[in-house]
Amino acid sequence: MNCAASPHCSHETMSNQEAFQHDHFAHCESGVMSLLLRHHGLKLSEAMVFGLSGGLMFAYIPFVKLGGLPLIAYRTMPRGIIKGLQKNLGIKMKMHKFSKPEKGTRKLNQLLAQGEIVGAQTSVFWLPYFPPEMQFHFNGHNLIIYGKEGDDYLISDPVFETVMRCETSALQKARFVKGVMAPKGLLYYPESVPEEISYETILPKVIRKNAKTMLKTPVPIAGIRGIKALARTIKKLEKKDPRHSRLFLGHIVRMQEEIGTGGAGFRFIYASFLQEAGNMLNNPLLLESSDRMTDVGDQWRDFALMIAKSIRKKQKGEIDFTAIGNSLESVAAAETQVYKHLMQL
Amino acid sequence: MDTKNVPQQNVSTYSGNKKAIYATGKDGQYTIIASSGWSVEAEVTKQALHELERLTDVAYQQVKANKRSPLFYHMYNRRMDLQTLAQSSGFFQWRIKRHFNPAIFKKLTDKTLARYSETLGISLDELCSIPALQPRNNE
Repeated sequence: MNCAASPHCSHETMSNQEAFQHDHFAHCESGVMSLLLRHHGLKLSEAMVFGLSGGLMFAYIPFVKLGGLPLIAYRTMPRGIIKGLQKNLGIKMKMHKFSKPEKGTRKLNQLLAQGEIVGAQTSVFWLPYFPPEMQFHFNGHNLIIYGKEGDDYLISDPVFETVMRCETSALQKARFVKGVMAPKGLLYYPESVPEEISYETILPKVIRKNAKTMLKTPVPIAGIRGIKALARTIKKLEKKDPRHSRLFLGHIVRMQEEIGTGGAGFRFIYASFLQEAGNMLNNPLLLESSDRMTDVGDQWRDFALMIAKSIRKKQKGEIDFTAIGNSLESVAAAETQVYKHLMQL
Repeated sequence: MDTKNVPQQNVSTYSGNKKAIYATGKDGQYTIIASSGWSVEAEVTKQALHELERLTDVAYQQVKANKRSPLFYHMYNRRMDLQTLAQSSGFFQWRIKRHFNPAIFKKLTDKTLARYSETLGISLDELCSIPALQPRNNE
């Protein structure tokens, strides 16, 4: 499946695209950025990309609905990782958006012919290689296009183990769906990457800032306050329609585990980042925070398990909403301690 | 989470694919483990799918009884709701609601129908009818 192994890839741009290496990562946007940067000579693990962009978040937005259920996010908005990296590391990205699908496809073909490896935003629903049971209308997916063979684009989608293929019409459809987070055919690739990064100054700054955002958001639906707001909402579900309540609880777990999060709503990937940063800077506080964040991740997983058990159809008796809400409140309390610890950096 | 606790439950929702999960090894160092799935996640994915299927089934019966236009069925069958269809087609929700009326749907221009068929990714013929037997391929 690799372009290098194919006899059709004989054009002059082959060398650059042939050199491209796919890898399996947890999350689409951080995975794509890690692969693109590595291709351009800047080695950053996925966890580093995620952490350095200040990607960790929590938001519970009851008035923005997805399929009738509120938006619950465990990280910054789509494109937040790309933007955060540009800002924090001084990476320059070239971004293209298009008014017409045909223009977007033409530009993509042109970039590929020039030997470029291109990041793209797409919908999940229209990608034929996605498992049918995972095809939902989510428009914030990211992947890499690293070549074209006949009518097929060669795709490196980091949430999959191996490289994929996608025919022209399907990719065009996936790139140009309208609606919430419409990708508008977004294409991106690094223009320049910094030769040296002073991790000693950037890492503590970015980590402190992320911790502060989680602790002190001015809005009551983001950060730790958002987690607490969700816990309160769960406790009130008792009085709501039982079917809706079950769907609501399941939805929380879906947002936490289903779409590439690396487990526990990005808490494990962030713990991995803290560990890598701690090893790099030889900093015990970061290493200890990593351990604590791992514990927090485990608590999120327990919370998910508790929900799954209680909404099973075979499950007899009432759902204990208070217990579930309390469980989430203790997650919030534990996470607060990690951020307070990190603020001492 | 310890690497040995990363679930490997071969869930159907992954269709044989694996997902990267961050976990700590014996030395406490983080590493990426390919997971064949966690039943907890699969259960909630299926719950969301079943809800969409339930809405599709209800829609099918209403279309069959000529209470709603085929558009109503195809919307759910494509895992959309009124909001998603409005956002992805560019039609206002109130207009789409009118088009759920079988009598009004019949009078729609080809241009309007073409926009729906493009949005839903189905042919005009498919859009204007419902399948004879409702396909449903899971448990």
